[in-house]
Amino acid sequence: MRNPLSDTIVNIKPSGIRKFFDLVSEMEDAISLGVGEPDFDTPWHIRDEGIYSLEKGRTFYTSNSGLKELKEEISRYLQRRIHVEYDPADEVIVTVGGSEGIDLAMRAMLNPGEEVLIPQPSYVSYEPCAVLAGGKPVIIELKAENEFRLTAEELQEAITDKTKLLVLPFPNNPTGAIMEKEDLEAIAKVIIEHDIFVLSDEIYSELSYKGDHVSIVSLPGMRERTVLINGFSKSYAMTGWRLGYACGSKEIIEQMLKIHQFAIMCAPTTSQYAAVEALRNGDEDVAKMREAYNQRRRYLVHAFKEMQLDCFEPYGAFYVFPCIKEFGMTSEEFANRFLEEEKVAVVPGTAFGDCGEGFLRISYAYSLEDLKVALEKLQNFVSRLRSGRR
Amino acid sequence: MREKILTYIERNSRVDLKDLAILLGTDEATIANEIAQMEKEGVICGYHTLIDWDKTSSEKVTALIEVKVTPQRGQGFDKIAERIYNYPEVDCVYLISGGFDFMVMIEGKTMRDVAQFVSDKLSPQESVLSTATHFILKKYKDHGSVMVHPTKDERMMITP
Repeated sequence: MRNPLSDTIVNIKPSGIRKFFDLVSEMEDAISLGVGEPDFDTPWHIRDEGIYSLEKGRTFYTSNSGLKELKEEISRYLQRRIHVEYDPADEVIVTVGGSEGIDLAMRAMLNPGEEVLIPQPSYVSYEPCAVLAGGKPVIIELKAENEFRLTAEELQEAITDKTKLLVLPFPNNPTGAIMEKEDLEAIAKVIIEHDIFVLSDEIYSELSYKGDHVSIVSLPGMRERTVLINGFSKSYAMTGWRLGYACGSKEIIEQMLKIHQFAIMCAPTTSQYAAVEALRNGDEDVAKMREAYNQRRRYLVHAFKEMQLDCFEPYGAFYVFPCIKEFGMTSEEFANRFLEEEKVAVVPGTAFGDCGEGFLRISYAYSLEDLKVALEKLQNFVSRLRSGRR
Repeated sequence: MREKILTYIERNSRVDLKDLAILLGTDEATIANEIAQMEKEGVICGYHTLIDWDKTSSEKVTALIEVKVTPQRGQGFDKIAERIYNYPEVDCVYLISGGFDFMVMIEGKTMRDVAQFVSDKLSPQESVLSTATHFILKKYKDHGSVMVHPTKDERMMITP
């Protein structure tokens, strides 16, 4: 029999997180700091709208690009939060999670061999999506000394005449890094100068703890060359509803819509109705959750300082990214031993790119009580390692 | 800062002051001062424990009593409220808008206890016109805490 498989897909390595996932699932009483989703339930009024839509029998397809009311609410929301206008008629598309938007944008924008700049450490799907779209991923290794922000110099250095697209993943998973206005202005200059495009993944935009999140699309000249990705998973604790959106120029959205139409048809109808409610009446829920995350963030950063674990203060998402280089182990070794000896799961930084080596992703999407227990175990583990070395 | 402290301790008054200072991004002395000040001002009126007595072997019944009264000249409702809340078995007294005047919550060992309180102590009062007693059969949620089934973390252990 002939080989039934595509070489392209076979050559993509599976997510680095998977191996670790299998290991953790075998352990019965492990506690985890490895989760990349909110610990809150979706606020009840949002769930209730979803249920109501089912009761009303709203179980049909919506238009390909999404419910009109939802696109209008998205447009209003973006104007309210980042002060940028998108026409709900042809500049907004509702997707199955932010992840679909990433895939669509890459496929709509890349020609074979064109280069995609991907700053790492970052979310696991940019690189494979670029490959699947026929592009060539080019990794920019972000540095701890810059608090894992992307600098204009790093960007400048990575650009070639084949560069088409820059992925901008801030607030960042796994580092918790953010880009402030000045940081964005510095890179926007380079972007415009070299006439490249941006895929700005702002799924964590509401979880920003140093003033309001600034989007690159709000800078002059950037809206027309950026596809903005956002969604409901992180801000409204709606991961399982699988709902996100992409906004951009009509020209790009139109092509993204073609792929979406043929591959997906439309995002889940129930989720779309729930999302309308989220955008209309959910600002307060978001603020409450942000405050809770921010409290835990302060607590973790403080605990790491006490433990003398090297860690920059992250101002976004719900992750802390401490450095463990002092222990002379790889991230994976550290995570494995920590799991074996203390039964706590954290994700090795290398799951998010080679330059995550020497770091761990620790999530604070947990209650303070759970965090305390885990931190105590980390303290024990770290002291043991340190005393063993002496 | 005050509002943040209150919002936090309203749900968890047992939080360590040191922890609370870290959580709110301030120092322990500030928190301690604010709390002491608020206790003095009567903003913080007490620190109670939320107990689901149904899960213990003690027998207790709780009732909500709607009370209609005639307010007294020159004293309004306050004097009547005082006559009611001075009974130790009375848990809460609220002045209410709508079809009646006071909502009184009372806890007793048995329904008979409660009935006796109403017939012997509450109803005979001069200004009380009528009462309606509602016994609580089951508490689902109290002070923001759901008391029925406990929630479980159903997320996968590791997700990207």
